[in-house]
Amino acid sequence: MVTVADYSRVPEVTPADYGSPLAERLETLWETKPGLIGWFGTVDHKEIGLRYLVTSFAFLILGGIEAAVMRLQLSWHDQTVLTPTQYNELFSMHGVTMIFLYAMPVLSGFSNYLWPLILGSRDMALPRLNAFSYWLYLFSGLFLYAGFIIGAGPNDGWFNYVPYASKPYNPGLNQDFYALGFILFGLSQTVGGINFMVTALRTRAPGMSINRFPMMIWGTLTASAGNLLAIPSVSLAFFMLWTDRQLGTHFYNAPEGGQPLLWQHLFWMFGHPWVYAIVLPAMSMVSDALPVFCRRPLVAQTAVALATVVTMIIGFGVWVHHMFATGLPNLSMSFFNAASLIIVVPSAISVFAWIATIRTGRFVLCTASLFFASFIFLFVIGGVSGFLTAAIPVDWQVTDTYFVVGHIHYVLIGINLFAVMGGIYFWFPKMTGHMLNERLGRWNFWLMFAGFNLGFFPMHIAGLLGMPRRIYTFPDGVGWNIVNLITTLGAYLFAIGFVVLLANVLLSRKHGAVAGPNPWDAAGLEWSVPSPPPPYNFVVIPTVSSRHPLWEDRLRETEGHSSIHEGAVLDADKETLGVSTMDAIPDVILKMPHDSVMPFVLALCITGVFVGLLLLSLVAIGTSLVLGLVAALVWLWPRAELGQRTEAVP
Amino acid sequence: MGDLVIISRERIPTAMNRISCATALAVAVVAVSGPAARADAPMSLFSAFSDKARSILNLNYALLAVCVIVIAVIGVLIGTGLARPRLRFQGGGAGVWPVSRPPGGLRWIYFGLALTALTLLGSLVWSMAVIAHVAAPRTTPALTIDVTGHQWWWEARYAATIQSRQFTTANEIHIPVGLPVHLRLKSADVIHSFWVPALSGKTDLIPGQVNETWIEAGEPGAYRGQCAEYCGLQHAHMAFSVIADPPGAFNAWWDAQLRPSPPPTDGPAVVGQQAFVRRCGACHAVLGTMAGGIYGPDLTHLARRTSLAAGTLPNTPGHLAAWIADPQGPKPGNKMPPLALSGPELVSIQAYLATLQ
Repeated sequence: MVTVADYSRVPEVTPADYGSPLAERLETLWETKPGLIGWFGTVDHKEIGLRYLVTSFAFLILGGIEAAVMRLQLSWHDQTVLTPTQYNELFSMHGVTMIFLYAMPVLSGFSNYLWPLILGSRDMALPRLNAFSYWLYLFSGLFLYAGFIIGAGPNDGWFNYVPYASKPYNPGLNQDFYALGFILFGLSQTVGGINFMVTALRTRAPGMSINRFPMMIWGTLTASAGNLLAIPSVSLAFFMLWTDRQLGTHFYNAPEGGQPLLWQHLFWMFGHPWVYAIVLPAMSMVSDALPVFCRRPLVAQTAVALATVVTMIIGFGVWVHHMFATGLPNLSMSFFNAASLIIVVPSAISVFAWIATIRTGRFVLCTASLFFASFIFLFVIGGVSGFLTAAIPVDWQVTDTYFVVGHIHYVLIGINLFAVMGGIYFWFPKMTGHMLNERLGRWNFWLMFAGFNLGFFPMHIAGLLGMPRRIYTFPDGVGWNIVNLITTLGAYLFAIGFVVLLANVLLSRKHGAVAGPNPWDAAGLEWSVPSPPPPYNFVVIPTVSSRHPLWEDRLRETEGHSSIHEGAVLDADKETLGVSTMDAIPDVILKMPHDSVMPFVLALCITGVFVGLLLLSLVAIGTSLVLGLVAALVWLWPRAELGQRTEAVP
Repeated sequence: MGDLVIISRERIPTAMNRISCATALAVAVVAVSGPAARADAPMSLFSAFSDKARSILNLNYALLAVCVIVIAVIGVLIGTGLARPRLRFQGGGAGVWPVSRPPGGLRWIYFGLALTALTLLGSLVWSMAVIAHVAAPRTTPALTIDVTGHQWWWEARYAATIQSRQFTTANEIHIPVGLPVHLRLKSADVIHSFWVPALSGKTDLIPGQVNETWIEAGEPGAYRGQCAEYCGLQHAHMAFSVIADPPGAFNAWWDAQLRPSPPPTDGPAVVGQQAFVRRCGACHAVLGTMAGGIYGPDLTHLARRTSLAAGTLPNTPGHLAAWIADPQGPKPGNKMPPLALSGPELVSIQAYLATLQ
């Protein structure tokens, strides 16, 4: 018989280091058991974060190969490398891969790995949900690629406009793979978003109050909240597409009174917030990491944090700028023209904050900081081309041309990938304990920077020369040969630069210079733990008293001192502190769940349901549902040892 | 293990400066060469041949100039920022480098935001003015054309109050110079987008609704257009022309369109007409014959057109024969099935089509 009294405990507060007996005890409690069960069952946020990173990079490489083949087809007029069927599936899969399977998950990977470390916690708030989210993501990616491999991949672009996506015009399984695969992917993002929000609001170090959040928390928190509001719209849209296709409903079917434009509204109500969701966390990574290389705190951090949130809020009010040519009334569209211009303001705050940080600080030149600095430059190019297309009359000319293709690539590669590249050079030492090679890094940077601008800037020119997007070939005599050839060459140079990164990672993973806990002399809590961090992250839970815990002695801006090496001992089981939302006053010792394969099994069963829906097989759906229910029961079966009503006194 | 090296001020422009200069140059080159280069860049946004397109182009130039200036200024700010006295990373460790909070950062944001807000406001006002200017023509259009998008060709029905003055043609839309023309845009299948860059921006053709726009050409000539919304396999081969004729020529063209071609007289063409009606008439229409299909383009005056298959091939005897023999070759996936014509059938049908003046 267990009573509440058994849990009543005031944690001891002592100094401790990573070689102490306490650390050994924690290691035994927190480490993932070796073997297959351990591999499928781990809930360690660092392991899951790395899996997100590796998986999303695998998809990035696939999407890159697809692009490389397309660039051959488009390198000159009337090429026959690809048939139209192949080209359409390639460009659709390229978009789906990059925008969904790479861009968000790679940021989830960084956040998963780093959040508990920068928040001063031992794991994400909901570790099993975390594993569940990853498995769903992996399975949704495999589901979509299964269609692609059997020749039934999405073939209507990532935007998937109806009625071309409807059954009369698209009778194969292509769109069913996309509709169902996307809903599955949306589930993973929803689950992940919930986990990030609960983590940010609940499991932090004492004193990590909301005004002391590192920027990376703001970025991913904002993106997660945005996703929770945006994804239902597109999941519904895809579900209605699937019922139109398979059950004979008429949501989008014009001859029966359906409305094709309904799809575009639902899709872009999701799509535009999504674009911000896949850049805001990346911008926030730069906001945290760039100041380290300027040897000063970020200029106007509060304003930049507010700008992050405001961007997402306004981001929900600009979707119609994807639809300026659809014949909507000019007056209604004008509001979206204005909103699309207003959203430049928060972005400008961030850009000028970064520039001011560079110009008033002392810049440290290295591969990571080069990626971050060039990120600002590419951000501005992607930004101003967006500003141009926000003007309705100009958009009537440039929309659906390569100008927009150039814009989206400056946004997604410039703002997402370049930030991610810098993030890899910055945090790789933390993840592996080894530095990436700096000489290879410079090759990596310059090849990618030169290749990217050489390849993707001419896309704007192609667009201004009137080249429509999504065409599998173009005729001679329209003036698009040279720009396309340059784009192809640049894209290949860019790809070579990327290969240098892969080589650098493989070489440095084991043989790079030993990093130590804080190779960059950075300010965040993640740099106070060993590299790579032990499974339990912090031997004692630190207490935070400023935005820059490891710099506060030198900045001398706060009265109190953060306590890094002395704090609450939590070693009765897997435990971490729960804190109040605003001020981070500890109020509970949270018992964290142990490893379990049930998240994996449940994700597998849910994927089974979607395979059943794809094949219209009631047997598969029913079996998967029953097995999934059993897995959920095993996962959630109440256990006395997880009771957690203990008041903690710091 | 940390080491600190201060590098003296560098005078060499950084790569970012160079890139921003190249950016400015590239846009400038396109902008300058654009209007002159219409023949080899028929879709260029920089050659406007209507008041509507010109008014949009002026806004486009202004915004492009803003873009280039912003990119250049930011590039210089970042580039010179990196070139200031700086530290070089040579391995590190906790607590080895200086950290401070130098003042003056906020000024950048105030200044930057003020400039940004003014620019945005200017852009918004100008945009609204252009929208108002191009929303409707100055005079009410006398002519209405119903344009229907098909996978992957364009149908144009010339509306007239007198029913006997109406007719249908495909892929080449004639309009009178200097007069506004009202377009009603419809789709027979999926979404397409009507776009003639030299005359006007895009308006989508969406099933279940009728979108309206107008075009006007300031000078005689043929203006290339192309479908701008992804519409499936042959989206790439869905071009068309808007041909602006002087009013007299336009009226003559209209009158000619209302008349069927004279019936063929020589042997192969007579045989070809019968073969055409039998093999092609279910999909294609030719005025004055039994061929009345509505699934493919109207071919009544095919021989007068300059191109085949929605701008895919020039209308020459060789290309026409190749197209009839194997329509899936140059435009794979299009809706015209392989007909498996015999040699004599092919020759006679081609001879007949050549008479459709």
